[in-house]
Amino acid sequence: MRELLSPLILTFELAAVTTVLLAVTAIPFAYWLSSANFRGKSIVESITGLPIVLPPSVLGFYLLVFMGPHGPLGSILEQFNIRLVFTFEGLVFASVIYSLPFMVQPVQAGFEALPLSLKEASYTLGKSKFQTFFRVVLPNIKPSLITGIVLSFAHTVGEFGVVLMIGGSIPDQTRVASIAIYDQVEAMNYHTAHFYSAVLFILAFMVLLTVNMVNRKISGKTI
Amino acid sequence: MIEIDVVKRIKTASGEVDMHAKVDIEKGGFCSLFGKSGAGKTTVMRLLAGLTDPDDGIIKISGKTWYDKKNRINVPVNKRKCGFVFQDYALFPNMTVRRNIEYASVNKSNVDMLIDMVGMTELKDRKPATLSGGQRQRVALARALAAEPEILLLDEPFAALDADMRNTLQNELKTIHDKLGVTTILVSHDKGEVFKLTDKVYVMDDGVITKVGSPEEVFTDNTISGKFKFTGRVLKVEKADCLYILTLSIGAEVGHVVATHSEAHDLSAGDRVLVYTKAFNPSVRKI
Repeated sequence: MRELLSPLILTFELAAVTTVLLAVTAIPFAYWLSSANFRGKSIVESITGLPIVLPPSVLGFYLLVFMGPHGPLGSILEQFNIRLVFTFEGLVFASVIYSLPFMVQPVQAGFEALPLSLKEASYTLGKSKFQTFFRVVLPNIKPSLITGIVLSFAHTVGEFGVVLMIGGSIPDQTRVASIAIYDQVEAMNYHTAHFYSAVLFILAFMVLLTVNMVNRKISGKTI
Repeated sequence: MIEIDVVKRIKTASGEVDMHAKVDIEKGGFCSLFGKSGAGKTTVMRLLAGLTDPDDGIIKISGKTWYDKKNRINVPVNKRKCGFVFQDYALFPNMTVRRNIEYASVNKSNVDMLIDMVGMTELKDRKPATLSGGQRQRVALARALAAEPEILLLDEPFAALDADMRNTLQNELKTIHDKLGVTTILVSHDKGEVFKLTDKVYVMDDGVITKVGSPEEVFTDNTISGKFKFTGRVLKVEKADCLYILTLSIGAEVGHVVATHSEAHDLSAGDRVLVYTKAFNPSVRKI
């Protein structure tokens, strides 16, 4: 049983860790992008959005080269005896990059749609940028935050190509559900493949349904 | 005492111009910036609040320097103590009326007093989205006052309201100003509002202040040496035989005035008028 559930547990661990890391890093990044106006902003935005259009195998390939023992990042980490490829940590790193646009884009759109006067009003009331961000800006883009968090989580759950390139299929380490399904099908083990697929299918539906309901409730529409 | 002497390049209806604004306002006074849209009125307010930086100049409030280009002083917005009531009110949608005011308040014990002062006690647990324009306006005013500002800046605060609500809120604002004595600057393009509320008016045109004085001095035709002068609003114009009867609202009173065709032909309901008399002595009776 433990062996059967391991890919699912690993998948949700990966998605949870990735989402938390993205929330901490990508939300401030999106805020900066929404308010900054600099030369080359569209270049930064395009790089951020690349994982949406690139085939996951391309992204996975470059990340493998970059993170591998002879790659720019890998060789530095090697000196500290840290290896990213074919480890859970490596998967987290790759997933953060892979799911970055799914957090950044909705959240950035939310920040941009917020009337500037709300921030300005808060400043004129004597509040700092920090207070304004946490008490006025973030609470007023709740639907965008929820969308960003859920999409990043769901997208990480569903990734396949990048995980395969970076992590391979090491049980309890890097064999997430999507890889396990592939392995089971290859081994003609349809029964287990069905089990994993059904769990992901139902979960994906439930997640999207919840988000849509919550967002409709926040914006005051009927569910 | 407010001293603003700044230069700022702005885009107006007639292209880019250098705005020069030199304004002196007494402490506790109520003055207005009057002018067409795009004349630079809002920019002056934003410069004062610190929401926009001038290109050059000095801004001083009661001896304290808020901005000085030469000495590189620029006090940030949140340290200026400038209450700003925005055209769109900018109430925080995530907070109730009470939480909006509480968020701003320096002294939490004043929150209920302020809510009461603007007549929002019944609605204090409502979110801004469920309020009418006039109610939002009241909350925005109370919120700005809660931060105990040195100056209160009102950017066309009544522009989005209907005539009755505008009138009611103007009266309330006047009462509140008289009670609290906060130095107030109002941006307006409504002469009646300027007359009713403020004691000094700066007329702006294309980024430059063209006239300064009391509303009477600035707006009324000086060739009229009336003994009695009031400004009123036309409520109704009726033709009666060869004359016209105007129903006017002057202050809180409504009265009738007879007018000739030449006086009345271009008047319609809602117009601002000056009512004056020269030849007659009014009767005075103790009441």
